[in-house]
Amino acid sequence: MAQSGGKKKVQPHIIEEWTGKIYTSLCITFLIVTIFSMVFFVASKGLSSFFVNGISFGEIFGGTQWKPDGEPALFGALPFIIGSFSTSILAALIAAPLGICAALFMVEIMPKYGKKYLQPVIELLAGIPSVVYGFVGLSVIVPFYRDIFPGQGLGIVAGATVLSIMILPTITSIATDALSALPPGLKEGSYALGATRWQTLYRTVLPTTMPALMTGVVLGMARAFGEALAVQMVIGNAPHIPTSLFESTSTLTSVITLSMGNTVMGSIQNNVLWTLALILMAMTFIFVFTVRWLERRAKR
Amino acid sequence: MKKSLMLVLTLILTFTLAACGQNNTAKNNTSGSNGGNSTGSELSGSILAVGSSALQPLVDQASQKFMDLNPKVSIQVQGGGSGTGLTQVSGGQADIGNSDVFAEEKLEAAEAGELVDHQVAVVAMATVINPDVNVDNLTKDQLVQIFTGKVTNWSEVGGNDQAIQIINRPSSSGTRATFEKYALGTKTEDLKGAIQEDSSGTVKKLVSETPGAIGYLALSYLDDSVKEVKYEGVEATVDNVANGTYPVWAYEHMYTKGEASEVVKAFLDFIASDEVQNADVVELGYIPASQMQVKRDVDGNITK
Repeated sequence: MAQSGGKKKVQPHIIEEWTGKIYTSLCITFLIVTIFSMVFFVASKGLSSFFVNGISFGEIFGGTQWKPDGEPALFGALPFIIGSFSTSILAALIAAPLGICAALFMVEIMPKYGKKYLQPVIELLAGIPSVVYGFVGLSVIVPFYRDIFPGQGLGIVAGATVLSIMILPTITSIATDALSALPPGLKEGSYALGATRWQTLYRTVLPTTMPALMTGVVLGMARAFGEALAVQMVIGNAPHIPTSLFESTSTLTSVITLSMGNTVMGSIQNNVLWTLALILMAMTFIFVFTVRWLERRAKR
Repeated sequence: MKKSLMLVLTLILTFTLAACGQNNTAKNNTSGSNGGNSTGSELSGSILAVGSSALQPLVDQASQKFMDLNPKVSIQVQGGGSGTGLTQVSGGQADIGNSDVFAEEKLEAAEAGELVDHQVAVVAMATVINPDVNVDNLTKDQLVQIFTGKVTNWSEVGGNDQAIQIINRPSSSGTRATFEKYALGTKTEDLKGAIQEDSSGTVKKLVSETPGAIGYLALSYLDDSVKEVKYEGVEATVDNVANGTYPVWAYEHMYTKGEASEVVKAFLDFIASDEVQNADVVELGYIPASQMQVKRDVDGNITK
């Protein structure tokens, strides 16, 4: 048809259709290229400490000594891995009950006041820059812990406290969405059987929405794991496995931000920092896959 | 209409981003060719200076003045640490690499050999302690013992009975390298429980608030919130640094790769001129390189 009418004018909507197709494909191509080159870049830099500098996997993942300038140089990243995990898990432990209870309040108990006042305030927390959190942590939380606990206040607990406030909006808004999406029949059925509100929440609502709530917690943990600046300011950054929650320690991100600018590209020190970045990226992937898996379970 | 506008914008964005990679080399070429072509006195071109956050305020302020004097010159100043500065100038991405340490200390000998050193200022560091600690003077030995963890209580060095809390810099930091090299004379390890911060502001805040804290800061950061300690009985003053009696100081270097192009050379000359040395350098808390009565080479040898 189109071949026979060579002079026939192309319909405007066909042009629009193609414009849209080309535009979106260009954007998608650009996005895919960006993502893959990022992954490739971090991986190639991060793996070079194993393949170019010949450091063993065991030394980085199992070593407890971090002496990049020492004789001999030691690159044990275990203290940072432990630091990152303990801070983000502790932050999630603090923030999850708070966030889920806030969501229950906003959806089930007092939707009017919750939606009107509490939700905007909690969402506001997401907009505060992390340097502000770090400074507040350094000026308020650290002196507070220093006064009432042994140690200098800088450490895992200070980091986790700051992080728990930072990830509160993530957990709360995802929990709110999950609870609002619950079919009303479920609750009505529970009330009809004579259950009280608490019994309904505890026995019906929470178990049903659990996978979605966990998605929020995991996303919050992912954010806590990757947060650099605020943690770096309050955790103390000593490269050792701490024996107390109030002792100075490091996370993967704080080591990278402290040392990256001071090391020369291509040197062993710099390559090992990229390896730490690679570990962070791998963890992000694991968090994303966990969320996907939880979402699939929630849909079933 | 709107859609095509969006399309054009996206394409522009894509090409700008793609062009970014070649931007720096192109810039170097222009500044180089400008150097050859210019016949008059008016300078033009662009300069990219990267590195050392300790030197950044000075380069920043001087570049503003220089651009006011030479409107056709554009200077971009970025921080990022001494390592970044040295890497970028050595790789040719930046025209000037700012550093707190000699290039030989970070780069391979071959790479460092290509760089030309311009020492524009001197930064001196003082040992600082929490104002409540009752100590005025520390000897080199005492400092070494504190920073290696052999002395953990202030009473062992003549103070009150209080635990010592070290506020250190990360082991890769240029400030720490200077302090260890010239105040301690030895490298130290990161002690368990010691605190590491990279920004001078945070170090000052922590030293001023933490009971029993000890740290070290550039002279420009000193004020009443922290207490300055004499080193071997010598106070950290500009005069004592200049005449060589106070040893804890380092040059601030601005490296170029090979001979600088005309516009870069003019900028470096401007920073070395009395106009900047006697005004901005002093004002920002550095010590003018011209005032120094002693010289020091990369191995730490002092010559009068």
